[in-house]
Amino acid sequence: MELRETYNYTVVRQFALMTVVWGVVGMLVGVLIAAQLIWPELNVTPWLSYGRLRPLHTNAVIFAFGGSALFTTSYYVVQRTCHARLFAPALASFTFWGWQAVIVLAAITLPLGISTAKEYAELEWPIDILITLVWVSYAVVFFGTVAKRKTPHIYVANWFFGAFILTVAVLHLVNSAAVPVTFWKSYSVYAGVQDAMVQWWYGHNAVGFFLTAGFLGMMYYFIPKQAERPIYSYRLSVVHFWALIFTYMWAGPHHLHYTALPDWAQSLGMIFSLILLAPSWGGMINGIMTLSGAWHKLRDDPILKFLVVSLSFYGMSTFEGPMMAIKTVNALSHYTDWTVGHVHSGALGWVGLVSMGSLYYLIPRLYGRATMHSVQLINVHFWVATIGIVLYIAAMWIAGVMQGLMWRAVNDDGTLTYSFAESVKATYPYYVIRLMGGLLYFSGMLIMAWNVWKTVAGQRPFEASIPAVRVAHA
Amino acid sequence: MSDFTHDAWGLYVAVITLISIVACAVLLFGLSSRGSGDAGTTGHVWDEDLEEGNHPLPRWWMWLFVITIVFGVAYLALYPGLGSHAGYFNWSSSGQYQAEQASAVAQHGPVIDKFLKQDIKTVAADPKAREMGQRLFLTYCAQCHGSDAGGSRGFPNLRDTDWLYGGEPEAIRASIMEGRNGVMPPMGGALGGEDGARDVLEYLFSISGRPSDGLRAFRGKPKFETICAACHGANGKGNPQIGAPNLTDDVWLHGGSNTAIIESITKGRNGAMPAHKGFLDEGKIHLLTAYVYGLSH
Repeated sequence: MELRETYNYTVVRQFALMTVVWGVVGMLVGVLIAAQLIWPELNVTPWLSYGRLRPLHTNAVIFAFGGSALFTTSYYVVQRTCHARLFAPALASFTFWGWQAVIVLAAITLPLGISTAKEYAELEWPIDILITLVWVSYAVVFFGTVAKRKTPHIYVANWFFGAFILTVAVLHLVNSAAVPVTFWKSYSVYAGVQDAMVQWWYGHNAVGFFLTAGFLGMMYYFIPKQAERPIYSYRLSVVHFWALIFTYMWAGPHHLHYTALPDWAQSLGMIFSLILLAPSWGGMINGIMTLSGAWHKLRDDPILKFLVVSLSFYGMSTFEGPMMAIKTVNALSHYTDWTVGHVHSGALGWVGLVSMGSLYYLIPRLYGRATMHSVQLINVHFWVATIGIVLYIAAMWIAGVMQGLMWRAVNDDGTLTYSFAESVKATYPYYVIRLMGGLLYFSGMLIMAWNVWKTVAGQRPFEASIPAVRVAHA
Repeated sequence: MSDFTHDAWGLYVAVITLISIVACAVLLFGLSSRGSGDAGTTGHVWDEDLEEGNHPLPRWWMWLFVITIVFGVAYLALYPGLGSHAGYFNWSSSGQYQAEQASAVAQHGPVIDKFLKQDIKTVAADPKAREMGQRLFLTYCAQCHGSDAGGSRGFPNLRDTDWLYGGEPEAIRASIMEGRNGVMPPMGGALGGEDGARDVLEYLFSISGRPSDGLRAFRGKPKFETICAACHGANGKGNPQIGAPNLTDDVWLHGGSNTAIIESITKGRNGAMPAHKGFLDEGKIHLLTAYVYGLSH
């Protein structure tokens, strides 16, 4: 081979830039709906009302921002660790344009009130079909690249990306099965408690595979790369990978404690959620211990700060989750803002920070630069985001526990001590603190967008050539 | 969709659950050897410098895993989980609910029973009962009728003296227990569209002592008498037996503008007050009846 083959960075660049764009959009909608809870007057038209914007926010941050971040990093990592150019470049390009089309369609249909009303699966059936096409293409590109790898072993990051791609395909197909009525209206094929069970089997595994396994794949590449240290333990990778993907599948029923779901299913959801604690923490240990012997790097490297602090939030959320799955705890936390706080410690702290850290590593390399335009601004972004997260989750924890206690308070005569509206009124100050936290986090994203713009503008795309496989140094 | 009622499913769930838990333990112990102690790397290299260390599993982490597995097995022995196995404690969520209900009734029953023996007007005058009634109202009624019972469009004001179904204790109790379905059928077709509805409206104004268009009122009179009077009465004063509102006063449940009234006439209205018997016990309904009665008496 005279002409060295290069990696396909084009699709990685496209997804990387759109990750930043959708991050700004999704978080802006989040800030808006947080403000609507404080000032209901902001619900100016039905299209911009809380009930329609809330699913737009979740879809935008999970699937548009998070999804684009996963496409970006998985396409980059699978090429770099397989020493192979992306398989089926036309399909890879289709996944980019198809996924952007899904996002734009979501941004149009959800404000119009077109929704299946299934949480995190609100998009109607024609969009679901497009998602399926994109996802199958994604799987072909990803596994095709793994198949043509030049390295003898499959790197651990690719196990996680692979599990995420396969499982999300299954989850999407099963949960979105519906009978179309018109072009923009369908009914789920499931009914009653079975519908609820399928929905939360999907819903919790969306957290487990989309927001956990996929982002662990990210962690397993970018932390050792940025720290320039080997991953702590191969054996820990093996045990926690298999235990994690196996156990997550059972955890969904903890969303349906004390409902019409049979008790045995609730119990299984609860105990497997608890067994999930150690497998989840395996990833955190493997990431953080990778820094052993290189802790000093945390002091001056803001990218490493993003990556390592994301793991701290990951560890905290994956401890909190099993605790909330215990029935007696759930009896207090369910339906309160505690759940919202829990989700955001995972979403802002783990998913957000690990994606941002990875992009700060990645974007200069995609444009042939050594670093981002301003390393100082990465540091500013880190602190603004971290303070934002702490304000957000602390406010929601306090609000949630307070709501749970108010709702269960009973007077001596058997009547409830507080009406629902009184608990809403008591939550008001915490909604204000939450909005402040969200605004800080959003400001961080704007800083990132500016930094990315200054890094990328006027730069010519960089094409890296594929190195020959190096044999291990003995 | 099948409801999986066959007994064999219980066995299936139990077996697959136990195999799964054992599989987690086997996976953990299968890779738990401490190794040489000297970590080093596995020798695999990717992307120039990516390597994997060879550290053994952290012991404290293994114990954490073991503890959760042991807890899981113990929990499944004590509580329902292994399919149809009820668990040693014979606990069920419906059993817990019933026990909590029974203890609440035992604890709070005497307070409520005292009021149940009194008639509504006496209860309505009792400050303690009013306090309890208000709390119940805020829990069960305020969502529609408002925290101050002032109602809103489509939801009746309970503080005034205008009652669709009557404001005596028995009528209020019946409304709470059985619910009400207020149906105004769409009359646009029968009256000749919006124009016909406007004629009827002007007639209505003429009998309510409000300024009206004489010609339209003249045209509306026969329509009102043949169509509307069946429920609302020839004088338009309504009929509480069927919840037909008085149209000559200034209380309008669905809006009193000409546009809103014409919409009510042409398109009809559906109001639903849900039935609360079976959901609320007799004592609570008694207190609520007294509270609502007391709001306007």
